[in-house]
Amino acid sequence: MAGAGPGAQASAGPEPGPTGAVDRTGAANRTGAAKVGAADTAGAPARVAVTEAAAVMMRKLYAANGPLMFHQSGGCCDGSSPMCYLAGEFRTGASDVLLAQLAIVDITEPVMFWMGREQFERWRHTHLTVDIVPGRGGGFSLEAPEGVRFLIRSRLLTDAEDAVLNR
Amino acid sequence: MTVFIAPGRPDALMSYQPRYEHWIGGEAVAPAGGLYFENPTPITGQPFCEVARGTAEDVERALDAAHAAAPAWGRTSPAERAEVLNRIADRMAMNVDRLALAESFENGKPIRETLAADIPLAIDHLRYFAGAIRAQEGGLSQIDEDTVAYHFHEPLGVVAQIIPWNFPILMAIWKLAPALAAGNAVVLKPAEQTPVSVHYLMSLIADLIPPGVVNIVNGFGVEAGKPLASSGRVAKVAFTGETTTGRLIMQYASEHIKPVTLELGGKSPNIFFDDVSRARDDFYDKAQEGFAMFALNQGEVCTCPSRALIQRGHYGDFLSDAIARTERMKQGDPLDTETMVGAQASNDQLEKILSYLDIGQSEGAKVLIGGERVELDGELAGGYYVQPTIFEGDNAMRVFQEEIFGPVVAVTQFDDYDDAIRIANDTLYGLGAAVWTRDGTTAYRAGRAIQAGRVWTNCYHLYPAHAAFGGYKASGIGRENHLMMLEHYQQTKNLLVSYSAKAMGFF
Repeated sequence: MAGAGPGAQASAGPEPGPTGAVDRTGAANRTGAAKVGAADTAGAPARVAVTEAAAVMMRKLYAANGPLMFHQSGGCCDGSSPMCYLAGEFRTGASDVLLAQLAIVDITEPVMFWMGREQFERWRHTHLTVDIVPGRGGGFSLEAPEGVRFLIRSRLLTDAEDAVLNR
Repeated sequence: MTVFIAPGRPDALMSYQPRYEHWIGGEAVAPAGGLYFENPTPITGQPFCEVARGTAEDVERALDAAHAAAPAWGRTSPAERAEVLNRIADRMAMNVDRLALAESFENGKPIRETLAADIPLAIDHLRYFAGAIRAQEGGLSQIDEDTVAYHFHEPLGVVAQIIPWNFPILMAIWKLAPALAAGNAVVLKPAEQTPVSVHYLMSLIADLIPPGVVNIVNGFGVEAGKPLASSGRVAKVAFTGETTTGRLIMQYASEHIKPVTLELGGKSPNIFFDDVSRARDDFYDKAQEGFAMFALNQGEVCTCPSRALIQRGHYGDFLSDAIARTERMKQGDPLDTETMVGAQASNDQLEKILSYLDIGQSEGAKVLIGGERVELDGELAGGYYVQPTIFEGDNAMRVFQEEIFGPVVAVTQFDDYDDAIRIANDTLYGLGAAVWTRDGTTAYRAGRAIQAGRVWTNCYHLYPAHAAFGGYKASGIGRENHLMMLEHYQQTKNLLVSYSAKAMGFF
């Protein structure tokens, strides 16, 4: 599994995302600020980490397009992959959960990481790392023309993380 | 055994052009932005052509061409449109080997499948909709003695179709056939992973289709798919893909109050009741093959039977036979007719599958066979190959809940009928499912109880025209492969006609 690099931080405070929809039922966004890059070893746990290579691509996309968001996809073909959009491009709602507000170095606005609520119920015992691999296309995700694809790598939450994140 | 010569080599049955433009208004049109992207074959990982990198400007040109062609095409008689579809089918039937080679080379799938399934099914699909549009009736309803409601089918006009990469030609035909039969003009965007096999098809059939009736814009989703899907100039969007993009397309459609049809994948349960193993006969052998269907098309099928539920009484024996069957799968060069399992369609698809092999084991699922990438020798060394893999675990694990889209099946056991239905329905999706039993009553009850649009009963992975295909739950909206899809491409015009000379009496 790719290590989480130093390029990313996450906070997961309870303030609403740009679409105004925020999970208030005990999902990820109550856990307080956490440095994603370091969360595996120190600090409060987070659900989502970002590899340095993925953070580099986020910075590039941010510079070219503006503020970003992710929505984790399920299903067919290009599914089960994180989709990266301009912030607000994908309208989240009551059926979504905000897993993290990723703080990426040199990106002013937090990068919201969302997932459908029902899908989250089946993923909540795992920790996600946004990585990037060479690839070709995938939905309307912003990075595809760069010849790369964001990819989720997963591991089980540790008991300590689970106690904090899923209590 | 036959090994087809790869496109581009001397004596190959077909070859791709070094470059493909868009296909707009019946001719090749260079991208407005002047950019192209490379198209690799997953068999070796090597690029074999470049493809127009479309943008909103190209989409607008394609929409201009489609709108110019749509009125005349929409006024043609059903017989004329049926004739066009039948001629396309005939032309494809004369070129089955070439089309099969084109699709296998671009997608990485075994040519035995494209020869036996993808291309013949596409041909039959065209003929089916040619017949269906001839046979379609409007309606008339006698409201009262002097009042009649006439219902006419009218084409929508110009429709957008976004095609997936797992069956580049078959999925294009699944969408094109009903749209064209119903009298619509189409702007079609192939997947960027498999952008040119549909261009090769078009090179064989272009003379049969009026210019502008079918337009192809290539490019990346964000650059070409999004302007197409979000355009106010399309009357409908048809999409096959995944849930987040499906939702996004619905959001765009809501801005213009346009309909969508969506096919968004699944996590299909394949249920084997104890009585399957009552005898070691043909039926048992067929059920074993039904289990092995998880590897068809390298698992890159929305209805991949990726969850096998085996009843406790025969669990051990049935599963060990299934492992042995999986062991016998021949993996290798997709262009060899003996090959059963070819290459995954792209590098990112390969990486995603590997990430699931990782999390599956982290969660405690046991690998019974496979579980790793395959490094083939020689020219195939750069290709994207994964071992057919059987996981054993629990339905709550992520490998049981997410569509891996690889040759990976997750196996668990169940106690009785109720347990089987509970596990089968414990999923976000509802596209496909299968029930295997020698008991007709069990088969019927289970088939009705499973929340999925298609329940194969004592069979799997059959896709005949005239059997409706589509999803429950998060698996989508609409039914393809059946004449009911015609109505997804039609408006209903009601003429309410009075034959009375008398005033109504209000004023």
